Amino acid sequence: MSGPRTLYDKIWDAHVAHQAEDGTCLLYIDRHLVHEVTSPQAFEGLRMAGRPVHAPDKTIAVPDHNVPTTPGRDKHIDNEESRIQVEALDKNARDFGINYYPVSDIRQGIVHIVGPEQGWTLPGMTVVCGDSHTATHGAFGALAHGIGTSEVEHVLATQTLIQKKSKNMKVEITGKLRPGVTAKDITLSVIGATGTAGGTGYVIEYCGEAIRDLSMEGRMTVCNMAIEGGARAGLIAPDEKTFAYVMGRPHAPKGAQWEAALAWWKTLFTDEGAHFDKVVVLKGEDIAPVVTWGTSPEDVLPINGVVPDPESFEGGKVEAARRSLDYMGLKAGQKLTDIQIDTVFIGSCTNGRIEDLRAAAAILKGKKIKDGMRAMVVPGSGLVRAQAEEEGLAQIFIDAGFEWRLAGCSMCLAMNPDQLSPGERCAATSNRNFEGRQGRGGRTHLLSPAMAAAAAVTGRLTDVREMMGETV
Amino acid sequence: MMDKFTTLTGIAAPMPLVNIDTDMIIPKQFLKTIKRSGLGKNLFDEMRYNDDGSEKPEFVLNQPAYRQAQIIVAGDNFGCGSSREHAPWALLDFGIRAVISTSYADIFYNNCFKNGILPVVLPAEAVAKLMDDARNGANARITIDLQAQTVTGADGQSYSFEIDPFKKEVLLNGLDDIGLTMQKASAIADFEKSAAQSRPWV
Repeated sequence: MSGPRTLYDKIWDAHVAHQAEDGTCLLYIDRHLVHEVTSPQAFEGLRMAGRPVHAPDKTIAVPDHNVPTTPGRDKHIDNEESRIQVEALDKNARDFGINYYPVSDIRQGIVHIVGPEQGWTLPGMTVVCGDSHTATHGAFGALAHGIGTSEVEHVLATQTLIQKKSKNMKVEITGKLRPGVTAKDITLSVIGATGTAGGTGYVIEYCGEAIRDLSMEGRMTVCNMAIEGGARAGLIAPDEKTFAYVMGRPHAPKGAQWEAALAWWKTLFTDEGAHFDKVVVLKGEDIAPVVTWGTSPEDVLPINGVVPDPESFEGGKVEAARRSLDYMGLKAGQKLTDIQIDTVFIGSCTNGRIEDLRAAAAILKGKKIKDGMRAMVVPGSGLVRAQAEEEGLAQIFIDAGFEWRLAGCSMCLAMNPDQLSPGERCAATSNRNFEGRQGRGGRTHLLSPAMAAAAAVTGRLTDVREMMGETV
Repeated sequence: MMDKFTTLTGIAAPMPLVNIDTDMIIPKQFLKTIKRSGLGKNLFDEMRYNDDGSEKPEFVLNQPAYRQAQIIVAGDNFGCGSSREHAPWALLDFGIRAVISTSYADIFYNNCFKNGILPVVLPAEAVAKLMDDARNGANARITIDLQAQTVTGADGQSYSFEIDPFKKEVLLNGLDDIGLTMQKASAIADFEKSAAQSRPWV
């Protein structure tokens, strides 16, 4: 290769198994993560064609989307369709000999939390999953993106994907974040600035001091929502924090292999002068704690703002904003901090990791949730749950009045029994505020774990900085 | 086996809303299936039906003129959100074989090609004109010719669109991606051999 390369270029180049004259590539896939909802038809396709899984040792399955988060689920799942999907995954994992964490295993959890936790996700890898939030793994400097079920079958059968290279965008967050501002506020603010289609056709590399300062958990939160900005994937160059997180994980390399891996991982950064097709720069100190007001993740405003007037937008967004306000039951000009909340959901592949639970518990310690509030914490994995219990976080949540659930995707997409009722308004740490996402007619405001905890206490959307004694 | 897509002349349903997401196209309660078929009745479920299961008469696909629609003319960024291939499966099962918009979310766009659905990208002015045609229902059929890469509106005006040559070939011939890739098995084996040397920890 000649000339300076981006991080994306380097990972891409290391995985091209075949390139046709028109530039169409077969990209080799290092890790294939599988869950119960988008895989049954793919395994059925393999069976019908008499094909095996090409690389079962690189394929990891875990049920997460459908599973209840209440005790007894390892014995029986009430919803028949959910049960059939989970049973189908059990059988497919067994029949095809792939790595599997069943519901009864403490390591079970949301696929994007389990992958990094178990050391399956490593820097410089290609990672795919039949789930759009696969972008999460980009936090390790792995090229990771969601695929459809036909592509799941393609990867199962060949361990490759037919791909053309995307364009490359740099998103730089300069300087330091202010107190009360988190990775979630960064990622929502980027989407607010670029729009949900701003990243379409791109792979984003996040960089800058504010990104470097984030923990691995925070970096996963940022990359997780790259898809909400329309991007194929989000990437962050690996550094000492990445290596420290990975070291000693069950499936991370050991001994001489660790040294060899580390030597290569340290070359995974964008070279000076490498070309980006688009550059977006945000100042870290300009980012405030934010919430969404509408039904698209781009509908982001600082918490001290007001619900916008649909007429202030342009083109098709005017009608979309009108529809959003109608659906959300909001009026233009209303203060965001006057919006009353019925329910708080803390969890998801965006914010279901230990650091997220620590941030929420720090706000909740010694406090109670508002009377009549329904609040639940759904840890991202059985291991996150166990760690939170050990650290005393679980007790803080329970004392405050939260339900302390078992791991899964839960109310992020409401495929299991954790759902909103029509008109029920939820402050959620998840990633999508689409109409009906958390239950038919449910109203979702996306925010950070600390902001969700603050809303649980006051019963309305709240500027967490007030509860931290910060002056705004 | 995937149906070929060559030419299509049909009724187009106008859906001018921007950012129509895959949760709108097929809500999550219908993802619990282990089959690909039968999702058409739940296409756009929450926009299309009342809580009691009755049809919302104002929804476009419930109107007599559009019950046989084969094309959707949509607002920007159609298909954003989840990777669920249930979205194109539901469209196809309803009878939709093509979508026309200014832009699509990446995963949805790719998923369409695996199911014989053509997502056409046209400039905003062309989409606006075709949206007007679509509002005229059966009186303004739209023709899409994939080989020629054109969309022709009711007034005879044609618009050219771009498409990746490989994706075009696959759609024109209804090719099976996996079969095509299997023909390159030796290249994959060679790659695996060399990767086992250079990145043995993978």
